[in-house]
Amino acid sequence: MSAGVVDEHAYAAAEVALGPVLEITGLSVGVRGEDGEREVVSGLSLSLKRGETLCIAGESGSGKSMTALAIMQLLPQPAGRIVSGTIRLFDKDRGAVELTALDERRMRDIRGDRIAMIFQEPMTSLNPVLSIGRQLTESIEAHTGLSHAEAQRRAVEALKAVRISEAESRLRQFPHELSGGMRQRVMIAMALALEPDVLIADEPTTALDVTVQGEVLELLRDLQRQHGTSVILITHDMGVVAEMADRVIVMRNGRMVEEGATADIFAKPRAAYTQELLAAVPRIGAGAGRRNTAEAERAAGQEKVAVVNDLHVRFDLHGGFFGRVNRRVHAVEGVSFSIAPNETLALVGESGCGKSTTAKALAGLVPYTGGVTIGGRELSGLGGDARKAVRRDVQMVFQDPYASLDPRMRVGDLVAEPLLIHGIGSKRERRERVAALFERVGLSPGQMELYPHEFSGGQRQRICIARALALRPKLIIADESVSALDVSVQARVLDLLKELQREFGVAYLFISHDMAVVENISDRVAVMYLGQIVEIGSRDQVFSNPRHPYTRRLIEAVPVPDPSRRRTRFARLDREIPSATRRIGETVPKLLLKDFGGGHLAAVAD
Amino acid sequence: MTNPIAPDLPAAGRMPAKPRAGVWRRLVKRPLALLGFLIVAIVVAGAILAPWLTGYDPNEQMFDGLTLEGSPLPPNAKFWLGTDLLGRDLLTRILFGARTSLIIGIVANGVALLIGTLVGVTAGYFRGWIGSALMRFTDLMMAFPALLLAICLAAVFEPSLWIVAMVIALVNWVQTARVIYTETSSLSEREFIDAERTIGASAPRILIRHILPHLLPTIIVWGTLGISTTVLLEATLSYLGIGVQPPTASWGNIIFENQTYFQAAPWLVFFPGAAILALALAFNLIGDALRDILDPTQRGRE
Repeated sequence: MSAGVVDEHAYAAAEVALGPVLEITGLSVGVRGEDGEREVVSGLSLSLKRGETLCIAGESGSGKSMTALAIMQLLPQPAGRIVSGTIRLFDKDRGAVELTALDERRMRDIRGDRIAMIFQEPMTSLNPVLSIGRQLTESIEAHTGLSHAEAQRRAVEALKAVRISEAESRLRQFPHELSGGMRQRVMIAMALALEPDVLIADEPTTALDVTVQGEVLELLRDLQRQHGTSVILITHDMGVVAEMADRVIVMRNGRMVEEGATADIFAKPRAAYTQELLAAVPRIGAGAGRRNTAEAERAAGQEKVAVVNDLHVRFDLHGGFFGRVNRRVHAVEGVSFSIAPNETLALVGESGCGKSTTAKALAGLVPYTGGVTIGGRELSGLGGDARKAVRRDVQMVFQDPYASLDPRMRVGDLVAEPLLIHGIGSKRERRERVAALFERVGLSPGQMELYPHEFSGGQRQRICIARALALRPKLIIADESVSALDVSVQARVLDLLKELQREFGVAYLFISHDMAVVENISDRVAVMYLGQIVEIGSRDQVFSNPRHPYTRRLIEAVPVPDPSRRRTRFARLDREIPSATRRIGETVPKLLLKDFGGGHLAAVAD
Repeated sequence: MTNPIAPDLPAAGRMPAKPRAGVWRRLVKRPLALLGFLIVAIVVAGAILAPWLTGYDPNEQMFDGLTLEGSPLPPNAKFWLGTDLLGRDLLTRILFGARTSLIIGIVANGVALLIGTLVGVTAGYFRGWIGSALMRFTDLMMAFPALLLAICLAAVFEPSLWIVAMVIALVNWVQTARVIYTETSSLSEREFIDAERTIGASAPRILIRHILPHLLPTIIVWGTLGISTTVLLEATLSYLGIGVQPPTASWGNIIFENQTYFQAAPWLVFFPGAAILALALAFNLIGDALRDILDPTQRGRE
């Protein structure tokens, strides 16, 4: 009798060691809403082998995050539930465990210990009032019953493993004292401290800058190699998929569309949706509809739409006993550029480099010093009314279309509002013009009576574009306008922007962190770093012959959506990006731009 | 069947909803809101029609309104809700008191909301020294004991119904201002306000068209909640002799006149109390419904 049990156990252990570590069969997840229960994942089956990286790729609403939450048994309560299906974990000690049948207490033992998860936003998933060390040791102590000192030692080891320098002193730091990339590394350290069998990473690098993204991805890959952890990587970014995955599952509307080895999926995708998805991915050097250089040069010869000369934006920080200004953020430090009609100038750089602040200064949203000339008129010499008239020529499209539309107004009224404010046309004429704009951006005039929340993300961005176009501006500032959209939608919005440019001759200041998108849409590119332009030139000059090391690093860090061009090593940051905050009186060394010919300027290292 | 220009459009056939016209209809569809309206209508009708609804004078001390020992009568066939300590008909007093309480509740509260919203919105949107000055003043008012302030103000002016309403308004705007300030300052950080500025919208336009509509739910909730507080504050002032002067009836002073006899004559406190409760509840029900209905993002979720 007892021998039988031992045999069975030995058999089970052997099976566990060879077979998959996680197996999902026929998983369906339902979420209850106002209009009844909706299936967000339907009949999903997958198995995860030991030491394998499985990517679940898909656009928003494809059910990829819900799958992850279902595995963790962390579906939003009380609305979400597993309708049917099994999720089995094959654990070395416990044998096969059916996760859907576990009660909350037993599931807690598995979470963190056997299956760990890292989320998209490292700031929101760390507790801001507890030190890094406390959060790390707490989870170690909870799962292992180690002494505090021992747990502390493990925590330091974990931080060292994710290449955080001075790990001992970092333990006393709080999340806000670390940069985004550091925080995500701490999250990874937390997830891996207990050496789980499975690591679920839900868009782990989406909120990070490209250069930091590369580093975090490389770290994940190295750690996985060392520990043999199986990884489920959830992402919308096909570049990340190509870089990381052994196998790929493509999901759409809660269903698996295609499954296969990474090389196969990229080389010969079978499902039509996968083909579309891959076709929509912006690639450096493969931009469709790129304008020829002659046309761009003709554009450059005309009178400039906007000239920015030595633009400075500084924000005061109050501190000390009496709240006096003691430090300043030097967000923009002496930026100069110009944009010709019908031209697209892209402003690229990583978060905090001052690109959005430059845009806001141009749109009149933040006070600045320096010269801004729009349509040949210098703004600083003008009075309120004249300034308002000149501002008509500069319109802006923001990153998040939902946040930038008043949710309590009908979209038709929102698009008509600029006309109303500037007293253009009668009520009927305005209506007609709005209807025409709606049609032009690919919406139907019948939708004018709806509210912003009744549209999808791509449609909302079309509404914002219509609104920006209403005044027939000379310059439209697009501040990360396509970053929040799914790739397929993104591609269509970019096409729309290009069409509108051909039709109306409007110039774009296109602000983005995404080098591939920039390469597809821009005529000229300016690279910003710490509030200054380090390189500016035509697209071809900057992309095929980058002069500044930072530009080079930015381009290299972009994951290429081609598994055959997978990099073995990513460009690693030699140090954290320094802060743009300075004490009063401290001066910022001004970069000198050297002319490399043909309008290609770059800062030279001294 | 996808649109070739914009395939991310939803299927056609989604009819745009009729603007505005639906507000009243949707309000009527909610039984609770309807109940609220009914109660308010009854109270308003009672206040207006008071002289015709009862055969008594609210201030008449009737000989047969007291027992031989001089104690008030419980509800009976002649005096439906009983009589008070001086032998006056309670129903008549409550009906006439509704006039006072409604005026105080609506006027005082309305003025308080107006001041509070103006101060809060101005301070929250413009910040700077104006904002600081306004908010420090608000804090000062908050720190000052409300009752003491009311007593001072009431002592300076000749007591009358309108003065009482003004005094209550001057005491009550503070909380509203605080709440509205916080909401306005977070609203003006939102991106759509930046977007409005880029299309050249002026400050008044942004405030009226884009900030105020978002504050409406808060204003409605504070407005309806405030009515019960206001009615009670009036009662306190009346009790201290600086509110509505006796013998004029108000729901508050009926309760305060009679509260010491609560055990011997519970109806004297119960009926006016129930009236205050019903009115406050009615306004809350209406406010709740209005808040949901006026929010376009709630549409289609009813």
